[in-house]
Amino acid sequence: MSVVSAKFCQFCGKSSDEGDHAACQRRLSMIDPPRYCAECARRMVVQVTPGGWTARCSRHGEITSAR
Amino acid sequence: MTAAPEQIDVLDAAREQVLERGVGLDEQQVLQVLELPDERIADLLALAHEVRERWCGPEVEVEGIVSLKTGGCPEDCHFCSQSGQFPSPVRSAWLDIPGLVRAARQTRDTGATEFCIVAAVRGPDKRLLSQVRDGIKAIRADGNDIQIACSLGMLTQEQVDELVEMGCHRYNHNLETARSHFPSVVTTHSWEERWDTLRMVREAGMEVCCGGIIGMGETLAQRAEFAVQLASLQPDEVPLNFLIPNPGTPYENYPVVEGPDALRAVGAFRLALPRTILRFAGGRELTFGDLGAKQGMLGGINAIIVGNYLTNLGRPAQQDLDMLTDLNMPIKALSQTL
Ligand code: SF4
Repeated sequence: MSVVSAKFCQFCGKSSDEGDHAACQRRLSMIDPPRYCAECARRMVVQVTPGGWTARCSRHGEITSAR
Repeated sequence: MTAAPEQIDVLDAAREQVLERGVGLDEQQVLQVLELPDERIADLLALAHEVRERWCGPEVEVEGIVSLKTGGCPEDCHFCSQSGQFPSPVRSAWLDIPGLVRAARQTRDTGATEFCIVAAVRGPDKRLLSQVRDGIKAIRADGNDIQIACSLGMLTQEQVDELVEMGCHRYNHNLETARSHFPSVVTTHSWEERWDTLRMVREAGMEVCCGGIIGMGETLAQRAEFAVQLASLQPDEVPLNFLIPNPGTPYENYPVVEGPDALRAVGAFRLALPRTILRFAGGRELTFGDLGAKQGMLGGINAIIVGNYLTNLGRPAQQDLDMLTDLNMPIKALSQTL
């Protein structure tokens, strides 16, 4: 999952506007949960479970794989 | 001048030795398999599949895994995003007991017979073992009779005994790579220390699960060395991972293992380990995509991890279960494992 209007890339934590994030997007679409908060680029505490994941930013709260 | 002795084709030799007699290939033979040209891969996989059916049967063992304690590990395994020694984005996390019970339930609901509880540690401390004990009790109290395996790093004899007493039936501890390559992958502990834990696990009566990762800069000869070292351990299960180059780790820029090389490894490991449960584990999504996963299942693999891994995501469990249905491969039932 990725946030389309994200300020920061959830895979590498760099600004979404700078550089090419195609490889990051590929990883996020295949095998990686988000690691960086899309709002502030803080590293998130991520728990992966067999059926999903949760990722928590200390400033912006929790996101999950559940729709 | 004498003529050079005629070279026996390694797959012909394997047909007689492995398929007919159940004797795994030796190191030299495994290397020959790993060096087969691309046009022989289909023959290799077909033979490996026959070997698996003959010596293991048609069933596929399905397992789910979960990370009880993520990240912050003091060890320096160069492939691992959970090592605290590298600038990996993975932060420390503990899964609470209700979360563990839910994970076990999700796993059971896929039809899996195995649930492996994993922690990123050098070895377990009292707090971790007590969490595992409480977790197993809670999973049972939830009416879940799935078989429980653990992977908690290196153990003392006392800890081995404690895990047996908790009802852990299988213990995972990967040797990761060939003994000759290990020192360039890990410097904070030795291959021999890992071997010692495996020996204690076996002697205590737990099933031994021990595999590794393909694609960590090992040569093909070292890949062959690893296969026969695993065979000498006689593990009940070998999980075969393919390197996921994770950001922040020393191996972040290593190339993903090419599909044909990975398929040669699958076939070669099956021919070295005819009777072992050979499990597709992490990295198969990147290495193979969807098509290759099927080829692997028809090339000697007889077990899979469904759903997500520890820090990486897998394919949705249903996708793998559908694949097994398509392939007409029955899932091993719990009654068959007890
Ligand atoms: S011991 Fe396990 S968790 Fe720790 S760095 Fe090595 S592979 Fe990762």
